[in-house]
Amino acid sequence: MKPPPFDYHAPRTVGEALEVLADAGPEGKVLAGGQSLIPLMNMRLAAPARLVDINRIGALDTVAADARGVRVGALARHATVERSAAVAERQPLLRQALRHVAHPVIRNRGTVVGSIVHADPAAELPAVLALLGGTVRLARHGAPERDVPADEFFLGPLESALQPGELAVSAFFPALPPGSGTAFCEIARRHGDFALAGVAALVTLDDDLRITTAKVACIGVGPVPVVVDVSAECARRPAASADWPAVAAAVRDRVEPEDDIHATAEYRRHLTGVLAERALRLAAERASHG
Amino acid sequence: MAEGARHAKGSTGVGTETLYDISLTVNGVVREARVPARRLLSDCLRHDLGLTGTHVGCEHGVCGCCTVLLDGEPVRSCLMFAVSVDGHEITTIEGLAAPDGTLSPVQRAFAESHALQCGFCTPGFLCTVTALLRENPSPSDEEILEGISGNLCRCTGYQNIIKAVHRAAEIAAEENRAGVPAGSHRAVTEES
Repeated sequence: MKPPPFDYHAPRTVGEALEVLADAGPEGKVLAGGQSLIPLMNMRLAAPARLVDINRIGALDTVAADARGVRVGALARHATVERSAAVAERQPLLRQALRHVAHPVIRNRGTVVGSIVHADPAAELPAVLALLGGTVRLARHGAPERDVPADEFFLGPLESALQPGELAVSAFFPALPPGSGTAFCEIARRHGDFALAGVAALVTLDDDLRITTAKVACIGVGPVPVVVDVSAECARRPAASADWPAVAAAVRDRVEPEDDIHATAEYRRHLTGVLAERALRLAAERASHG
Repeated sequence: MAEGARHAKGSTGVGTETLYDISLTVNGVVREARVPARRLLSDCLRHDLGLTGTHVGCEHGVCGCCTVLLDGEPVRSCLMFAVSVDGHEITTIEGLAAPDGTLSPVQRAFAESHALQCGFCTPGFLCTVTALLRENPSPSDEEILEGISGNLCRCTGYQNIIKAVHRAAEIAAEENRAGVPAGSHRAVTEES
């Protein structure tokens, strides 16, 4: 249970980090919070030859919220983002989701961007980014930064569009449109453990409180977060009289979970339906009281 | 980032592994160690610095036994490298009592409430609860459950642990009323 040896780099600036990463190529791996990477290394499931520790790059420890949305730097810890009142005001789904991320002590060290780059299909933050249509900003030595939209970023389980030599410097979560509400519901065997299934929901109402948009992102039921737009199923009905069980059934029918040792595919599908109904109802309620 | 977060000062090659000279402020005392980059903070504390009060259970972040305070915030010491926290402040179980040995309110409450059985998980619980009460001096049952949810007690003595957290909150409140200076416990001074 000890990590294998690696060459260690501790750059102090983004430029320095990018140079090291460019030089390391496929051998390089970025260490931010380490709450997923170090367990993998301890269990020898990961053995990066060169580790680039970005914990000394103060310029990446940023959280900025404005009318457009929330930009989270690569070194911002879950706990910082979770506690930020400015973030909660602009994009409440972040705090709602972060409360489900592992345990408070893990959230003190783990980072939001790290969790996104790790791209675990059962993790909460990739679903948040996917549901909101956020972007990840990738930097590379000697090249302009590029913003990758969430739907192009998550490629498969633990696989993202991040290329060797690149550093994810920030993630952007767009602000909620007016009249919107969000919710995050999940079920795990043990509190703080990976979810068997989970659903992030976003509902937007017009001035007459009719549903204009309703969509969800489901976790634990596919290789990447599964975004399902159910606006058509809601048929612009008033939020108060929406047929949520029918809408949730549409979500349930569109996910393709697989069996594993934790749950059968059928059970995960069932949970997704139940959680979709809960999350959509709650999001609609919050949108009405907006 | 703390000003003290220097990159390792010097390094020496032994075999194929580079060693780094690091300096940590542990329980208020500056300690130095020479470690390979892959040395976990938990192992650095136990093996290099001889502070065996920090326990290692699962070594992948699940059990919470190795929880210590990093710049005042509870973290898993088995999920970080000692070189990463060069220059930072660490508080371990050995640093919770006052310099004269007087137990902290959390330690006293755990003893009074029989909140430890075999004691293996206790250092992690004490560090977690110390930070929890500093942030929330009178937590509800639900807040306590959430706060300690990342610490496992395989003797399953959770009921008394929860009682002890309430009791610790009472003791701290009594001491505040009695005018015991807030900095009389070392852990509090260091993290303030």
